[in-house]
Amino acid sequence: MNKEQYRHVSKSRLRIEAHEKVSGRATYAFDMEMPGMLYAKCLHSPHAHAEIVAIDTSAAKALPGVKAVLTGEDIPYLVGLYMVDKRILARGKVRYQGEAVVAVAAVDEETAERALTLIRVEYKLLPSVSTIDEALAGKILVHEDINELEYIQGVFFPQPDSNIASWNKTSKGNMNQGFAEAELIVENVLTLPAVAHVPLETHVAIAQADPCSKQVKIWAATQSPFGVRKLLAKALGISTGDIQVIAPYVGGGFGGKAGIHLEPLATVLSRVCKGRPVKITATREEEFNQLPCRAGMRGRVKTGVKKDGKITAVEIYYDWDSGAYADYGVNVGKAATYSGAGPYEVPNLELHSRTLYTNKVFSTAYRGFGHLETHWIIERQMDLVAEKLGMDPYDFRMKNILRNGSLTISGERIHENSGRPDQCLDAVAKEIGWAGYQSAEERQTAFKTGKVRGKGLACLQKAPAMPPHTSTTAIMQMDDDGNVRLMIGVVDMGQGANTIMAQIAAEVLDMPIEKVKVVWETDTDRHPYDWSTVASKYTFMGGNAVKRCAQNMVQQMKETAAQVLRCATEDLAHNNEYIYHVQHTHRRIAYKALALGYAYENGNGIGGPLVARGTYMADGLTFLDPVTGQGLPALDWTFGAHGAEIEVDVETGDVTVLKIASAFDVGQVINKRLIEGQIMGGVLQGIGSALVEGYKFGADGRLLNPSFTDNKIPTAKDIPRDLVPILIENPQLDGPFGARGIGEHPMISVPSVIGNALYDALGINFFDLPLSPEKVALAIVREKAQA
Amino acid sequence: MCEKHSAAEKCFSYTDSGLPRVQLICVVNDEPVIARIDPTMTLLTFLRKELSLFGTKEGCGEGECGACTIIMNGDAINSCIVLALEAQGAVITTVEGLSREGKLSILQQEFINHDALQCGFCTPGMLMSARALLNRNPNPDEEAIKEAIAGNFCRCTGYTPIISAISSAAKLEREERQQ
Repeated sequence: MNKEQYRHVSKSRLRIEAHEKVSGRATYAFDMEMPGMLYAKCLHSPHAHAEIVAIDTSAAKALPGVKAVLTGEDIPYLVGLYMVDKRILARGKVRYQGEAVVAVAAVDEETAERALTLIRVEYKLLPSVSTIDEALAGKILVHEDINELEYIQGVFFPQPDSNIASWNKTSKGNMNQGFAEAELIVENVLTLPAVAHVPLETHVAIAQADPCSKQVKIWAATQSPFGVRKLLAKALGISTGDIQVIAPYVGGGFGGKAGIHLEPLATVLSRVCKGRPVKITATREEEFNQLPCRAGMRGRVKTGVKKDGKITAVEIYYDWDSGAYADYGVNVGKAATYSGAGPYEVPNLELHSRTLYTNKVFSTAYRGFGHLETHWIIERQMDLVAEKLGMDPYDFRMKNILRNGSLTISGERIHENSGRPDQCLDAVAKEIGWAGYQSAEERQTAFKTGKVRGKGLACLQKAPAMPPHTSTTAIMQMDDDGNVRLMIGVVDMGQGANTIMAQIAAEVLDMPIEKVKVVWETDTDRHPYDWSTVASKYTFMGGNAVKRCAQNMVQQMKETAAQVLRCATEDLAHNNEYIYHVQHTHRRIAYKALALGYAYENGNGIGGPLVARGTYMADGLTFLDPVTGQGLPALDWTFGAHGAEIEVDVETGDVTVLKIASAFDVGQVINKRLIEGQIMGGVLQGIGSALVEGYKFGADGRLLNPSFTDNKIPTAKDIPRDLVPILIENPQLDGPFGARGIGEHPMISVPSVIGNALYDALGINFFDLPLSPEKVALAIVREKAQA
Repeated sequence: MCEKHSAAEKCFSYTDSGLPRVQLICVVNDEPVIARIDPTMTLLTFLRKELSLFGTKEGCGEGECGACTIIMNGDAINSCIVLALEAQGAVITTVEGLSREGKLSILQQEFINHDALQCGFCTPGMLMSARALLNRNPNPDEEAIKEAIAGNFCRCTGYTPIISAISSAAKLEREERQQ
């Protein structure tokens, strides 16, 4: 079927759940109330690192209305995604300021709050690990029991008696020989701070856990109901079958709701409270300071090049300031090992990615899964090397960019259907009118006007970071009026998965999209399995499963219709809600006549209700070699590029993004409006990371800005004056209709492109995010003083 | 005020003061409301807990994010930092009051048409800021729209579709009035 014949694919169908959201009827976990529900609150550690000497909860327990007061001593369970390193409440010692130490469940929030004030905790301060260098020195250990922690062996590599939660490596070619062949070697160190996800709905969990059985029921603001179920079962030593997790509407995730967070605490509290439902709603301060963030990172990169611009060798150390617990942090570190050199062919490389424990709020997955961070290092380095070479950074990138036949750093062969980063770069360069950096004279002339402009380019790539054997499935049933109900395990938190899946189902079934009802409120007891709503993989994987599911339904209809029409199924086709004979098209049966089985006029029936299924399992992917990091981890690469033009106020240091053009090779557009929504949202989130956002810690490890007053995100006044999404379509042959993922990609490399444009504007290189007005203004002053 | 407020620690969630109840009379979404409430209760808590109007959200409880925006006497306000008693005699509109006669308002419909929402959690507050703007200025330019929603955080959309939706709704509402 060629594109012009698509009925729904490539069309900008409206978001199917939008009506509920604009009417205020959409119910989030935040809104949910249950009969007999109790409310829980947590007392947090005021110290970054301290021994818990004593906790006196007697006065809190005596307060009328208090139903439970729990400390770490009451809860024997350890929880963890990859490193099983975290207590549900701190036990023995606290590892970051903000860590939950005591939890209270009471009849209302007021009583729970009041009870917290009655709790006395005695701490003995310990020296803390607050920097990457202190973490690497290992004189103080965040986890003194690191040698005993359970972890996934062969995938993660905790180092004994250290703060290194995992040290993952890639080795390709011969790095030393590559540097020996180089005619120029450029080495730089760049950094970026921890950043908050800022979903507008904070984390919420409600649990109902029967103390007399193993049954647990949870409603949560989560991206991963099946993940929560599995991890909770492991932590509590019960079966996944004992646990039901329901994800109602989720008010934003961005990776922050991908792991397991407040659910175990709500569960143990409910058990102690005789099975009454217990709700925990994170305050905004807790969202910043108790719940995880995106890790800070320092990257040291050394690049060897020939004078013609060909890269001969690269050495990289990524050190992740990942906070007190490993959570997704170790897997973010691992993703860097196969994607951390950018979309370029690097013949000889050694890459070290070390996820470090520090006494700070811990890190987890965040939209981009480490790629915004690694691309801040790599895409600035591409410009820094080009500058030293005296080469246009566009030409330098084009010289090394992945092309048909290139090998990625983990040894995957890129081919003609892998997508085209070069076309993305070309498109954005044209869109912003890239003509190389301006000269020093041009800059000086502009400087006198008080406002200077600059342009920049940056590329990006990302593949889903997921186990190589990840799978998903879809179930579809038809009702008597010919509507289909589609059951999928994804959580649509705004990315549009439900709409995309409805389009794919309606396309295959050749019916109006209004007749496809996607059943949401993902429920692990009712919906078919999906690993987790992460990694920008659902359009690809879920799309394939839904496509196969719809094909299966068509096949079932044909089999029954073949009996009724007395022909072979091979002679039947489907169109516009009818199964018909390809030659004698008047011999046809409406879908709805087959929905519950076909009924003959005399009362006989055949077929039975239509229930279809489709599955998709990633194929051909492998674990990475534990020593060399070589292997096939990528389901699909989505390549992209940004081009930006900015304006800098030389007095205030304010950076205004005048224009940003963002191109992605999405393979095949399923829904243009939804893709552009991801691009507009992602680019602005990237601008937040570039210009304003970032955690600030005091010398004592205390988070200084755990509120919107001091830790802002971009507002409507901060949007680029012009944002041009460019969609390139080189189909992925095993993607649904050729499509690739796009959810996370738009924010990757946005800081890099702005950093590169800042160099063009000012002739000053910036190495540390965010590019805040004070940082830019001070750099201008310093530059003037030197000149 | 809760005990934590008097201590050094910050606490932004509403807690019952235990003070004698006070009568509050106001109009919410065209319906008269009479209630006896704790005088320290916020307007947001009143709307959600007393009136069960869960459409209005809380994103921070500090008046920074705008998720709790409602219209009181014509102005868009952050209901999380306004006492319920300040609504004495006031006329209030929440997101539940936007649709009429079983039909979404033009503004709501334009939010759908422009895909001006993703996760939807900021949407009720965003709609109310937009409604207040269009009530006082039926023909706002882009800067006026940005100014009106600058206090409403959205982490998903990048704001551009929201600005388009409001602009388009303004145009359609003007056309409707002319008919």
